Amino acid sequence: MSFLDHLIIMPILLPLGAAALTLLFDETRREVKAGINFAATILLIAIAIALLVQTDAVTREGTELTITYRLGNWPAPFGIVLVADRLSAIMVLLTGILGINALIYSMARWQAAGPHFHMLFQMLLMGLNGAFLTGDLFNLFVFFEVMLAASYGLLLHGSGVLRVRAGLHYIAINLAASSLFLIGVSLIYGVTGTLNMADLALRIPHVPANDLGLLHAGAAILGIAFLVKAGMWPLNFWLPTTYAAASAPVAGLFAIMTKVGVYIVLRLTLLLFGEHAGASFGFGQTFLLIGGLATIAFGTVGVLASQSTGRLAGYSVLVSSGTLLAAIGMGDRAVTGGLLFYLVSSTLTISAFLMLVELVERARVAGADVLAVTMEAYGEDDEDLEHEEEVGVVIPSTMAILGVCFALCGLLLSGVPPFSGFISKFAMLSAVLQSEDAASPIPASTWWLIGLLIISGLASLIAMTRTGIATFWATLEGPTPNVRVIEIAPIAILIVLCLGLTVAGGPVLHFMDLAADALHTPTDYIEDVIGTTPAASAGGAS
Amino acid sequence: MELILAIGIGVLAGSGVFLLLRPRTFQVIVGLSLISYAVNLFIFSMGRIRLNAAPVLNPAANDPALYTDPVPQALVLTAIVIGFAMTALFLVVLLASRGFTGTDHVDGRER
Repeated sequence: MSFLDHLIIMPILLPLGAAALTLLFDETRREVKAGINFAATILLIAIAIALLVQTDAVTREGTELTITYRLGNWPAPFGIVLVADRLSAIMVLLTGILGINALIYSMARWQAAGPHFHMLFQMLLMGLNGAFLTGDLFNLFVFFEVMLAASYGLLLHGSGVLRVRAGLHYIAINLAASSLFLIGVSLIYGVTGTLNMADLALRIPHVPANDLGLLHAGAAILGIAFLVKAGMWPLNFWLPTTYAAASAPVAGLFAIMTKVGVYIVLRLTLLLFGEHAGASFGFGQTFLLIGGLATIAFGTVGVLASQSTGRLAGYSVLVSSGTLLAAIGMGDRAVTGGLLFYLVSSTLTISAFLMLVELVERARVAGADVLAVTMEAYGEDDEDLEHEEEVGVVIPSTMAILGVCFALCGLLLSGVPPFSGFISKFAMLSAVLQSEDAASPIPASTWWLIGLLIISGLASLIAMTRTGIATFWATLEGPTPNVRVIEIAPIAILIVLCLGLTVAGGPVLHFMDLAADALHTPTDYIEDVIGTTPAASAGGAS
Repeated sequence: MELILAIGIGVLAGSGVFLLLRPRTFQVIVGLSLISYAVNLFIFSMGRIRLNAAPVLNPAANDPALYTDPVPQALVLTAIVIGFAMTALFLVVLLASRGFTGTDHVDGRER
């Protein structure tokens, strides 16, 4: 085997190694830790790009659809496999990009706010990459726990009453969700006798009718665990508080954590309950559609009602999650293509916005916004951090640059043309309308989705405009905030990437359509992982 | 045997859920522990209950019917380790919260 064959496991091993390495250095040698973290994350991006090119190449050659890596070279249903297809590769690359920008941002001041920041940071990347690449349900649980354990530490980074209080809720909810995850996994194992995702997809059509209820119960319980992570209403009351409490770079990285839940739901729904699944075909889609619509509505109301920018960002995360879940619920090939585009675009935007929030809050005059609970936390932290050396140069005309970034974030979030937010929403909406048979009337759920998407965009625009006016036009006499180049640069990079997505909209959308096609044709995925066609294996349930 | 196991899991899960919904952090952590015990027993039972059979294969006797399913046992082992670590971590946050807010209420203030 050449080195390239082992490329797929590198996104897991590299962060693990880097995390271990940072532990060897004392907290006083923070530059070394930051250097290791930076190098590892840059390398991760390089690997992710290589993986993306490689998965694209194998698919184009037509030989295989995915890259399958057998750990310990055990044959697929018995050993653990890692599987990379276009979607996994996109997600790993997205993780790397968010990671490097959050890291650059944290180098200005946040990395000094507590111990072991860089170690936890790399462990979170490892958990995320593992969850995106694994082809095994129980392995997914393990990577989820690695990711969650690191996220607990990162959420508490910087300490303070608000973070500890939010962290207590966040940990309790996630521990309960993990229990549901285990119950779901074991129920599915009890019915089908396998944990390999591809093998599961093979066996589900052959599950006897009287076991189907148990299988569906297992899948539903498992789904709840992911939907808690994805933030579907009514499982999402923890989310705005938690995201508003997290320190800015951590929140920027957390933007992808809700997308992990969405990714798994997308992958499992289409793989296990796709067209070939027989009696189980389309299981859970109506639930996802309704839940997604409810989440958009809840998020929209929240966006309008938010008094602080931090909570506004938290509710924007919910709107984005709701849109994705509802689009998954449509279960249509063309919609999935637009959905993936929206996934990438909205994750980049929200990550930029979550980091921008802290800079904007800094610009506000203290006490101008009585209801801004987060102000207290940031105020306290500013005092603590005053003595720490700050890296980078203070930039001139801060308010103008912040204002431009804020306006661009608002345009991207609300999906106003000509930016990528608009293209992704347009791709989904046009697909929704075209997918229906021209003769038959468009179902009510489709109109609901269209209406809610447009209203949520309008609500984001109103809320962003209101906050923008209150911050950038009303506080001219206030002190100019102290913003450094390396704090504004990552936000600028993320926004430029979104603009790049707009310019390269055609090719990117084409790529996403190919990825969506692969997701909707799970037989190829199964074939690659197991090495047998679904027809040849009629083993049935054990 | 099935009945005893089912009642055991039910009692553990029921008490766990009750405690999880209580307002004191200590009750929450005990509740989470009880739920994780219930879940571990549940995973175990999903490999079918089989008495007096080893999970380790012996090359001399090749019939799978002679053995109990080893996979759930491996899963339980992993789940126990992870659950234990998470409980320990939660305990630290609980103490930090007690120190910061001066109360053991989950919301950090008495209602």
